[in-house]
Amino acid sequence: MSPRLRKIAVPLAAVVIFLIFWEFLVWAMGWPNYKMASPSDLVPAYTRYWELFLVMGWQTLWRTVVGLILAIIVGVAIGMVMGFSRVMREALYPLLVGFNAIPKATVVPIVALMFVGAHDFNTVLIAFMISFFPIAVSISIGLSTLEPEYRDILRALGASQSTIFWKIALPKTLPEFFGALKVAVTLAFIGTNLMEIVSPHGRGLGALFDSGKTNSDYPLMFAVLIALAALGILLYYIVVWLESIFAGWAERAPG
Amino acid sequence: MTNLIEIKGVRHAYQTPSGPLPVLDGLDVAVPEGGFVAVVGPSGCGKSTLTRLVAGLIKPDEGEVWLHGEKVKGPRSTVGMAFQNPVLLEWRSILKNVMLPLEIVPTKMSRKAQEERARYLLGLVGLEGFEDKRPSELSGGMRQRASLCRALVHKPEVLILDEPFGALDAFTREDLWQTMQKVKEAEPFTGVLITHDLRESIYLADQVVVLSGRPARTQYVLDVPDRGHDIEQLYTPESAEMLAILRHQIEVAQGRAPVEEGVA
Ligand SMILES: Nc1ncnc2c1ncn2[C@@H]1O[C@H](COP(=O)(O)OP(=O)(O)O)[C@@H](O)[C@H]1O
Ligand SMILES: [Mg+2]
Repeated sequence: MSPRLRKIAVPLAAVVIFLIFWEFLVWAMGWPNYKMASPSDLVPAYTRYWELFLVMGWQTLWRTVVGLILAIIVGVAIGMVMGFSRVMREALYPLLVGFNAIPKATVVPIVALMFVGAHDFNTVLIAFMISFFPIAVSISIGLSTLEPEYRDILRALGASQSTIFWKIALPKTLPEFFGALKVAVTLAFIGTNLMEIVSPHGRGLGALFDSGKTNSDYPLMFAVLIALAALGILLYYIVVWLESIFAGWAERAPG
Repeated sequence: MTNLIEIKGVRHAYQTPSGPLPVLDGLDVAVPEGGFVAVVGPSGCGKSTLTRLVAGLIKPDEGEVWLHGEKVKGPRSTVGMAFQNPVLLEWRSILKNVMLPLEIVPTKMSRKAQEERARYLLGLVGLEGFEDKRPSELSGGMRQRASLCRALVHKPEVLILDEPFGALDAFTREDLWQTMQKVKEAEPFTGVLITHDLRESIYLADQVVVLSGRPARTQYVLDVPDRGHDIEQLYTPESAEMLAILRHQIEVAQGRAPVEEGVA
């Protein structure tokens, strides 16, 4: 099997085996739908609501991505400030850690009340708040742990701080940045869904889940979970793809 | 003979949380144009600090550093540096790594001439055929060779080498010594080599400066006669004598041997 084919076939086979196992488990245990839906129950849910899935999925997707882009901009900015200035690092670190330690489930209702009705805004805000922390930390650590020799090589030639940043500090930090982005993308996704589920008259897959709950439509709820997983995988692999383009050099050649 | 590098009565202290740490105290080093001076001394005595002063990366608290008849006030593009850590940029090819200084230093060279110069240097140090490789694909010795090319690509007047071969195994190190001799013949520069290998110092340099323990001052200066490039010269009685003197001076610097007469 060619390595290319294997890269797709192996994970796909794993998914199929997982679905078969799930189906078998539900059948063998004799679980009713409201306890645990099986994959075969999901097919009708998807065919009946496919339009809803597309619309809601898109809403979840774009709000997650906007929140994530905000998190990247703000996270990189904070990370740069903390990476270049020790004073700022010492000042901001406890604040950031404290902010990150607050469970976002408690922030969601507060934000929902603060900006009542601004559902898109609220959702993007939570997605952003939950995901910028790893980005800020990775950038600040990447910059502050840059070996002084790297800086000296350029500084000794009279290079400016910004030249050093663009030519060395930034590219050198990219692998850590993408590592953090993989975590952040999942977090942003969780943030979006938290808000969608909690908000009354929400939108997105979270709201669809909520309506499934209200109507005791268990297969629908499970179908939403699977759709969420699929979207999460999609986002994650987009980051992996970007990483291979911009930080592919950090990956050791196999063998 | 004019001195290209002159360090006169330099004192320097680092500011640390527990107060100032005096590192250099009364340091004098002079390197004539085209000369190659090795600096040896106990670890932590201030050798790297000395290179940072010459490169203009830090300013001395007292005393002066002169390069080519000009007082050093800041970094200048006529300096090339290489360290123990080759600090190559992993995301660039070897060729692009070597060309990095040319992106910063103003140069009259055309793009093509720049690339030719980089390729020529890589050939000189035996890295022909590795131009398009990534640093991670090279051995430690090869990376150090590439780092040397990068330090030379913009034709610096002064080459500063801070323990460049310190992390290499003995065989690779001797290979690089010979490469260094070749480079010295092909490229005109004035050099300062920091090292903790006494054999390396007398093989490569025409003068060896021994620094005292921290805070460092110039403790002893040994002039090394030119004896050709044969590694075998390190095993002559003449070399053995020089090595014995240097070893003794290092012990004095470390405070392990009493100071005797004749110590500078
Ligand atoms: N930026 C710095 N701040 C404070 N102390 C430093 C700094 N750089 C070096 N030192 C200290 O100064 C002393 C001399 O350092 P260095 O010049 O690197 O020594 P060497 O290269 O001879 O081993 C060491 O004790 C080191 O810990
Ligand atoms: Mg040192």
